[in-house]
Amino acid sequence: MRRVVVVGASAAGLTTAEALRRQGFDGLLTMIGDERHPPYDRAPLSKQILTGQWGPEHLRLRPESDIEALDLDLRLGVAAAGVDRARRTVAPADGSTVPYDTLIIATGVRPRPFPGGRGIAGVHVLRTQEDAVALRDRLGSGRRLVIIGAGFVGTEVAAVARRRDVDVTLVESAAQPLARIIGRDAGRFLTGIHRERGVRILTGVRVAALDTAGDAVSGVRPEDGRLLPADDVLVAIGSLPNTDWLRGSGLDMGDGLVCDVFSRCAPGVYAVGDVAHNLLNPADAQPFAPVPYFWTDQCEVRVQAHGYLPGHAESAVLDGDLAQGRALIGYSRGRHLTGVLAIGMPFGAVRAWRTAVARRTEWAAAASLPAPA
Amino acid sequence: MKVHIDEHRCVAGGQCVLVAPDVFDQREEDGIVVLLDDSPASDKAGELQEAVVVCPAAAIRLDQA
Repeated sequence: MRRVVVVGASAAGLTTAEALRRQGFDGLLTMIGDERHPPYDRAPLSKQILTGQWGPEHLRLRPESDIEALDLDLRLGVAAAGVDRARRTVAPADGSTVPYDTLIIATGVRPRPFPGGRGIAGVHVLRTQEDAVALRDRLGSGRRLVIIGAGFVGTEVAAVARRRDVDVTLVESAAQPLARIIGRDAGRFLTGIHRERGVRILTGVRVAALDTAGDAVSGVRPEDGRLLPADDVLVAIGSLPNTDWLRGSGLDMGDGLVCDVFSRCAPGVYAVGDVAHNLLNPADAQPFAPVPYFWTDQCEVRVQAHGYLPGHAESAVLDGDLAQGRALIGYSRGRHLTGVLAIGMPFGAVRAWRTAVARRTEWAAAASLPAPA
Repeated sequence: MKVHIDEHRCVAGGQCVLVAPDVFDQREEDGIVVLLDDSPASDKAGELQEAVVVCPAAAIRLDQA
């Protein structure tokens, strides 16, 4: 294997490239990214960038010297347009052809667009640093922001905008924000925090259309016929996998790219996760079974999740008390504890529960035992 | 080997403590990383590299020299 091509200049693409070099890969390593920036951290976009605490220069994941040390053939600002698996080539949109022995797909996701919203001034999504800066510059006292979708992005932005004295309306089609992911009790608790801080939350409301004045948005029209006036609209209704460029490649695409437990999608093609080991040691491939982690700042409350929460069968408060504003909630799938959500809990306790998730603790035991030491 | 941490980037995920508990801890009040050992022995290299990779905020750097 002399030539590895990583498509996607993301955090995952970067750590894969770093691991390959660290484990001794000295062949040609190409990284193709559609944004013109070297790999950067997206988590602060809805946090420190939007509040203005950080400028975009803080987002860089590595100093320039670290990127240079990887000796990459780095092609930024050009999207991959296609792949020819028979000839083992990737076609960037600039018309060039890049051969590979191994292809690593790290193209991630993009925001799901609101139908007809593209190109209207004042209609935002939040995915890139340009998106975040554009939205930041529009948040000011007395301005009216309508956020379509009360997921984690929508609620984080709502909190930041309220702090900057923006008039914020969150519109959610489900009966309760966040409930599908974190369950009804935790969803109700977090929704309450936002309402207390003056976020107007409309639930069970579907948006029918955007109103415009000239080429700019002027409001949001729910299906019930009312008009929500807006200076800006954030569309935060989830994401779509960036797999269009793989159409016709013969790769198995469901909701994203379908891989085996070793992150292999097809001979010579991997999706990221921690794939470097398996790439270099195919005979000793290790299953990729991570305990995913994410966190969200909901007003001043830090919420952390370990493991898998969406699609859970049951959820229960395992430690603490939501009424006191601190709780550890467990989620089950099958007969096991598959995820935990910590709201305002001590950090040592959260780590112990994360270990319980990694060990696939029996749900019945987790729900009846005192907190792990 | 020298370990550098950037407290301002740290998001208190505690991932580093899980993979290298002899090197990292978290402050009890806000969960921000605490460096227990800034020059760990070379047998910790594997754990430390994993900590760099799993840190969700890219707040850990290793200086191999």
